[in-house]
Amino acid sequence: MLYAILCYHDEDFVGSWSKEQDEAVMKKLAVVQDKLSKQGRLGPVARLLPTTAAATLRKEDPPLVLDGPYAETKEQLLGFYIVDCKNLDDALDVARELGAANPGGAYEVRPVGVFRPGENLT
Amino acid sequence: MSETDAAWIDAALTSARPQAVGALLRYFRNLDTAEEAFQNACLRALKTWPQNGPPRDPAAWLIMVGRNVAIDEVRRARKQEPLPEDDQAISDLDDAEGALAERLDGSHYRDDILRLMFICCHPDLPATQQIALALRIVSGLTVKQIARAFLVSDAAMEQRITRAKAKIAEAGVPFEAPGAVERSERLAAVAAMIYLIFNEGYSASGDTAEIRKPLCEEAIRLARLLLRLFQSEPEIMGLAALLLLQHARSAARFAADGSLILLEDQDRSLWSRTMIAEGLALIDKAMRHRRSGPYQIQAAIAALHARAATPEETDWTQIDLLYGALELVQPSPVVTLNRAVAVSKVRGAEAALALIEPLAPKLANYFHFYGVRGAFLMQLGRNDEARIAFDRAIALANTSAEAAHIRMHLDRLIRDSQPKDSKAK
Repeated sequence: MLYAILCYHDEDFVGSWSKEQDEAVMKKLAVVQDKLSKQGRLGPVARLLPTTAAATLRKEDPPLVLDGPYAETKEQLLGFYIVDCKNLDDALDVARELGAANPGGAYEVRPVGVFRPGENLT
Repeated sequence: MSETDAAWIDAALTSARPQAVGALLRYFRNLDTAEEAFQNACLRALKTWPQNGPPRDPAAWLIMVGRNVAIDEVRRARKQEPLPEDDQAISDLDDAEGALAERLDGSHYRDDILRLMFICCHPDLPATQQIALALRIVSGLTVKQIARAFLVSDAAMEQRITRAKAKIAEAGVPFEAPGAVERSERLAAVAAMIYLIFNEGYSASGDTAEIRKPLCEEAIRLARLLLRLFQSEPEIMGLAALLLLQHARSAARFAADGSLILLEDQDRSLWSRTMIAEGLALIDKAMRHRRSGPYQIQAAIAALHARAATPEETDWTQIDLLYGALELVQPSPVVTLNRAVAVSKVRGAEAALALIEPLAPKLANYFHFYGVRGAFLMQLGRNDEARIAFDRAIALANTSAEAAHIRMHLDRLIRDSQPKDSKAK
């Protein structure tokens, strides 16, 4: 089954990492990603730009466009992984491994319902 | 405590700082007390966080602990004197943290951070002091770090910051919650201050460029922070976009020997695509508000440069129009001078020269005026006049890098104008 691992963290905090800290985290995460990739289990991975670049469309009638992210909370959705896992335990193991490479914040592990790989993009 | 622990705690303290010091300033109404309280809270954090793990909301924790430590000190100093009722309620830290976090999510903290930034923008303070103060108070850089960026001794910087603080204390900090008009005035002053910080880093060259790069990064961090507080302000989006688009080029701006590389000669593959993407997204979003302003226009100009895969693909016509718009909202001979560069690309050096001639009296001592004027004259084949302009530019150069830059420009124009001349003949 495919699982989405959604990455939540305090954006202010992540934004306060030095360039070196940021690069160190990305390097550690790349190790985990490479492993999953070699096992043929890794789908799309995305790191999102800061929520300051976001806009929200509220689907009212007519739809309303607002500046900023959907939820104004301390922790924001900063990125996600799609990983093929046997079951929830397996998915949590992957999340644990990612978490060891990048501590702090939280991962929401969500089974994927419909998945279209979107082959148009590389 | 491991080294990584220390680094993470450091990042947490840095990110919590503006909110925590801002709240403590509102509480104590005295900048020194607020800073000291925050400092004490940080010391406690370094002791307890590695053992107990970081708190859910570090800023709330630091505010609470900072307040308690300071109140304890007042108690100790005054001994028997009873304290105001409000203070006695805060006894259990864990319960109180939750309650405070609730309140912080509400209305106060936005104005707390804005106030903290705003007091650094006192009009009586010269630009360099505003920047130094903001880096010290808002960003929490050490005096040593700031002194290094400004290439002065620690003692001199310490003195500069102390003086600046004395001046704002004298002026009095505006503690009442601002009204809508006042808030937007504060926002404008703070935006200008963030731009100054960025410029301090961006205008550096040679050996100092690397040392001052953190100033650019800090300005971007503050701009994002401000934008998170005021999400629907197109000018703040414009400011953040402008800084990102400019800074995206940083890896391509200097040669190995530290000399400046002109925009058209830069290796565009070194530009940061992520920063450009963020800058473009922000300017895109800002434009939807149809409330233009100087930061948005400047960002739009930077965006046109960022979008061009090669210098030849630059949309100079659009840049000319945008500079025209900038002249309307922010008339300045320097803006016109920049516009002239676009005009020279679209309509030729003759038209560009005509545009800048009236600026001569106002820019008589401006290095860039003579550099640009010399370049136009050179393109028109008026080499003797060009040389006079370049000599004047070199005489007015503020740094050896600027002078070297003009010499390079001179060499380049000699090289480039040769084939053109032969074609004309």
